[in-house]
Amino acid sequence: MKCDLASQRRAERMMVASVETILKASAAISILVTVGVLYVLITKTFDFFEQIPPSAFFFDTVWTPLFETKRFGIWSLVTGSLLVTSVAMITAAPLGIMASIYLSEFASPKIRGLVKPLLELLAGIPTVVYGYFALTIVTPGLMKIIPHLSGFNALSPGIVMGFMLVPTVSSLCEDAMYKTPRYLKEAAYSLGARKLSTIFLVVLPYARSTIIAALFLAFARAIGETMIVAIAAGLKPNFTLDVRQPIQTMTAYIVQVSMGDTPQQSIEYLTIFAVGATLFLLTFIFHSTSKIILRSRFTVTT
Amino acid sequence: MAAFSEQDFLSTANEMKEVESARVIVGITREEKNAQLVERIFRLLCLSAAFLPLLILAFLVGNTVISGLERIDLDFLTGFPSRFASKAGILPALIGTFYLMLLTTIIALPLGVASAIYLEEYAKDTWFKSLIELNVTNLAGVPSIIFGLLGLELFVRALGLGPSLVAGALTLSLLILPVMITATREALKTVPKNLREAGLALGGTKLSVTLRVVLPLAMSQIITGAILSIARAIGESAPIIVIGAATYLAFLPNGLLSEFSALPLQIFQWVERPQADFVENASGAIVVLLAILAIFNLSAAWLRHHKEKSRGSL
Repeated sequence: MKCDLASQRRAERMMVASVETILKASAAISILVTVGVLYVLITKTFDFFEQIPPSAFFFDTVWTPLFETKRFGIWSLVTGSLLVTSVAMITAAPLGIMASIYLSEFASPKIRGLVKPLLELLAGIPTVVYGYFALTIVTPGLMKIIPHLSGFNALSPGIVMGFMLVPTVSSLCEDAMYKTPRYLKEAAYSLGARKLSTIFLVVLPYARSTIIAALFLAFARAIGETMIVAIAAGLKPNFTLDVRQPIQTMTAYIVQVSMGDTPQQSIEYLTIFAVGATLFLLTFIFHSTSKIILRSRFTVTT
Repeated sequence: MAAFSEQDFLSTANEMKEVESARVIVGITREEKNAQLVERIFRLLCLSAAFLPLLILAFLVGNTVISGLERIDLDFLTGFPSRFASKAGILPALIGTFYLMLLTTIIALPLGVASAIYLEEYAKDTWFKSLIELNVTNLAGVPSIIFGLLGLELFVRALGLGPSLVAGALTLSLLILPVMITATREALKTVPKNLREAGLALGGTKLSVTLRVVLPLAMSQIITGAILSIARAIGESAPIIVIGAATYLAFLPNGLLSEFSALPLQIFQWVERPQADFVENASGAIVVLLAILAIFNLSAAWLRHHKEKSRGSL
């Protein structure tokens, strides 16, 4: 009897231990994913640089790996990405910040509860659908207003992406503004401040670091965004700052190569990993800056 | 980064006093009127910033739905891709998306829930836990196309799965894993600590408390999170393009290792065609995709609502 109980206990303990091991192993898989991403990008990029000298990659502005005369200047893809991203940020930043001011400072609780989830919808639409919007509706519309706008351009996908990113900016900002301690606002009011000056001198400074973090986050998303630019920005690597011209982003280049049949280990195949590594590095910098700002902010306030 | 410090506050207060004294000197009425006007204009600007994106979205979606609905009929839903836009259908893409959804749920849900249970219920505050947390945060920021590159090298080539349904589902699972983990953790956090302690006090083991107390209470929210994560996977195109999914499939996927297509991919392929008829096809496929996503989002919203109600009765 006693012996029975003891063995039962032992079995129970083993079961508990094994369950914990299984759970721990599942959690560890996410680390393996990161290791996998880094391994793939690094090894393939090394393979790439064995055939192409780094100087041809970093100090050239012409990107033509798919042509007869191959050149590998990454800068025309990077500027393409940054150009679209800039347009997106110029659209998303004012809209997102002002929308959050409206939601946290002006809107009634009822409207706030209604508009917030509706804005989140913008982030839930598949990006391929946004690409369709940009190419078939927004670009033709813009062509009527803007002379010399090419059918593929950086402007239209940038604007559409900006609208997609509004909830990315506004949900973080709105939370931070809404959390402005009541006593700070009341102190301002008691000193005779109007609502407007309270917003600019109390609420916005209070939310400042979160606003900056939200903008960094949106920037990281914009650089990594693929389908909108693959559909509406064109496939022409172009070292330019003119938003009316067709360009190609890093992401769109990877899509272009993937849609074709490039033999494995060919230089064309390796380029997508070199471009992917560049993209990864850029998004990682912006994304972690955003997270670092957010984290340090929370440790200060709580 | 400093939050609002006392010093900031004092300088703000000084600025405000100056404004106040200026107001007294100039005379209040005109100042007041101007200030009111400025405030109203600003309010209007902020209001339009909140509603403009919604109106534009409504316009774009409305436009697409109108042209898409005209295209949708039974032949479109049950047809195969074709060189002729008017004969082309979306069945292989639709079935592909359905299988992807199913497989991704089977792969990502247990992994995500198990990881979240480990992090919330089991893990002590060690370096391992913070490493996983940091890692999950960072993975969430990796562009989806990079997951495609991982899937291409790992699943398609190294494991030799080819551009198959299961390779696609595995890639999408890894992509939504961080979202799934975060959502499940949030769900587990809503279960009050005293219920766990009550379970343990009654002699339950950590496992039985987790299975019988924590999970049932967090279940509806876990499912809500899972639905939204899967919805994200369904809408993704970039990663499955990179692993080499087919854009033109004349048969239905018939097994884990079968080639596959998916709705977003079909849309992409049609949008890229210069002919207006194919673009119209794209709008039809978009309507179907948005309808599927709407079902997902509405059921998530319904679950959330349902839960709030049942909680009120508790």
